[in-house]
Amino acid sequence: MIDRDQVAHVAGLAKLQFSDSELTAFTKQMEDIMAMADQLDAVDVGETTPLYQVTDLKNVFREDKPERWQTREQLLKNVPEKEAGLIKVPSILDNGEGEA
Amino acid sequence: MNFKSTIGLEVHVELKTKTKMFSPAPVTYGESPNTAANVIDFGFPGVLPRVNKNAYRLGIMVALALHAQVTHDTHFDRKNYFYPDNPKAYQITQQERPLGTNGYVEINVKGQKKKIGIHELHVEEDAGKNTHGASGYSYVDLNRQGTPLIEIVSKPDIASPDEAYAYLEQLRQIILFTGASDVKMEEGSMRVDTNISIAPIGSDKLGTKAELKNLNSFAHVRDGLAYEEKRQAQVLMAGGEIRQETRRFDEPTGTTILMRVKEGSDDYRYFPEPDIPPFHIGQEWIDEIQKEIPEMPDKRRDRYVNDYGLPEYDAGVLTATKEMSDFFDATVKAGAPAKQAANWLMGNVNAYLNDQQVDLSATALTPEHLAGMIKLVTDGTISSKIAKKVFQEIITNDTDPQQWVESKGMVQQSDPQVLIPIIDGVLDNNQQSIEDFKNGKDRAIGFLVGQIMKQTHGKANPQVVNQILVSELKKR
Repeated sequence: MIDRDQVAHVAGLAKLQFSDSELTAFTKQMEDIMAMADQLDAVDVGETTPLYQVTDLKNVFREDKPERWQTREQLLKNVPEKEAGLIKVPSILDNGEGEA
Repeated sequence: MNFKSTIGLEVHVELKTKTKMFSPAPVTYGESPNTAANVIDFGFPGVLPRVNKNAYRLGIMVALALHAQVTHDTHFDRKNYFYPDNPKAYQITQQERPLGTNGYVEINVKGQKKKIGIHELHVEEDAGKNTHGASGYSYVDLNRQGTPLIEIVSKPDIASPDEAYAYLEQLRQIILFTGASDVKMEEGSMRVDTNISIAPIGSDKLGTKAELKNLNSFAHVRDGLAYEEKRQAQVLMAGGEIRQETRRFDEPTGTTILMRVKEGSDDYRYFPEPDIPPFHIGQEWIDEIQKEIPEMPDKRRDRYVNDYGLPEYDAGVLTATKEMSDFFDATVKAGAPAKQAANWLMGNVNAYLNDQQVDLSATALTPEHLAGMIKLVTDGTISSKIAKKVFQEIITNDTDPQQWVESKGMVQQSDPQVLIPIIDGVLDNNQQSIEDFKNGKDRAIGFLVGQIMKQTHGKANPQVVNQILVSELKKR
């Protein structure tokens, strides 16, 4: 079962804010989606090893040869705000959430 | 109440590759912002990441050097998080089946040897760089986005800040010797996060841990952990409770400062990366990489002590870098006695490198020339005083030491057939000194040696001169 708190939590992770009525609506939708996915639990897969992909491809590597593709101008075309070649974003408070 | 500490370390190391982990954009340092990136690094829709084979190979190499098991069947996963340093909003990493598991690093703290376990290590991509402006904006440069990283997660086997320091030093040196990374904290090619909890001695339960960030040197790691030990003990002694929190080391005060309290565990919603097919890493490739790994520093130190009879201290200095250790081995191979090669490298060579602020490879010195110069000293061709001049020459120019001393007339005169007549001549002209010597005035010898050196323009071998002089004086 999915409850409102879980939907609010997932929304928070995605940096989304919902009104009360939106939360109610999404909780119902998420519940339906999960219920549909839960149908798969009825299948007994026994000892079958998990499948991570359906392409049948394996070991796709690339050689370590540098290539220059796009220019900075091309890459920054869709960037809303920029300055001196940098992407300008609303101030980030470094509270230890960033990852490496 | 006394407490014991449980410390775990997470180390990120940038792999030395030409291109990024999942895109062929070049890995650079200090290039103009957002010029060393492409649509894959920027996370444009519809792009396809492809794994850099060399990065994976270096990852396996580090795993093997750390005595870890290399995982045969593996795949990549997505770790989801929102932060402007990564516009994809996920990092491609290996969560479920890391590249290597169950390794160890052996440390030595005050003569006590201990194995620190490595829980797992995996390859992943680095994020871009944010700079925080004063104007209410932050600025993002994605040149670093996608740089190949290896993350090495220790087991919580570390019991003190000193052990943490020793672990980091060993880890850094091992990786340095594989050549997989520059492992420079100051350039960010090695980064350390740590967590620490304390519990009363005798308790079988672990305490709540605090995470430490912003550790820019091994000393900061040690000092930050030492501060946390004290802080946590004070909180517990006062009847308080340790919260699960992320703290930042503050260099000016040597303390740690709260960044945020963690409620529940991080929720990254990992799932298998659908754009990268899984891997089967065959034993053949692993064996091939194993053969490419150079001899590790601990093995070299053992060899220097046991085979060459060098003191532990010398062995330690000579294995500080792979470059120095390789140079020492080559010098011995070129015929130099081990102890003398060690003395020159630890003394004059290191002094020169420090003075000039250069690496050994940036000098003109070759192992053959160093061995050649040492041979000239040991066989008496040149004095140790002349050797210093020869050393200045061969470290700055590609000069053969033998030819150089010959062309400069610096060859020492050690032949008694040549020296005896000169010495006799000096004695004939200095009757007073012979008298003084017979009357027990030893400084007469000094005067006579000086006269002989004058006659030979300083080229006479002082030891040989002394021997002949004493025996000639006794004849008179």
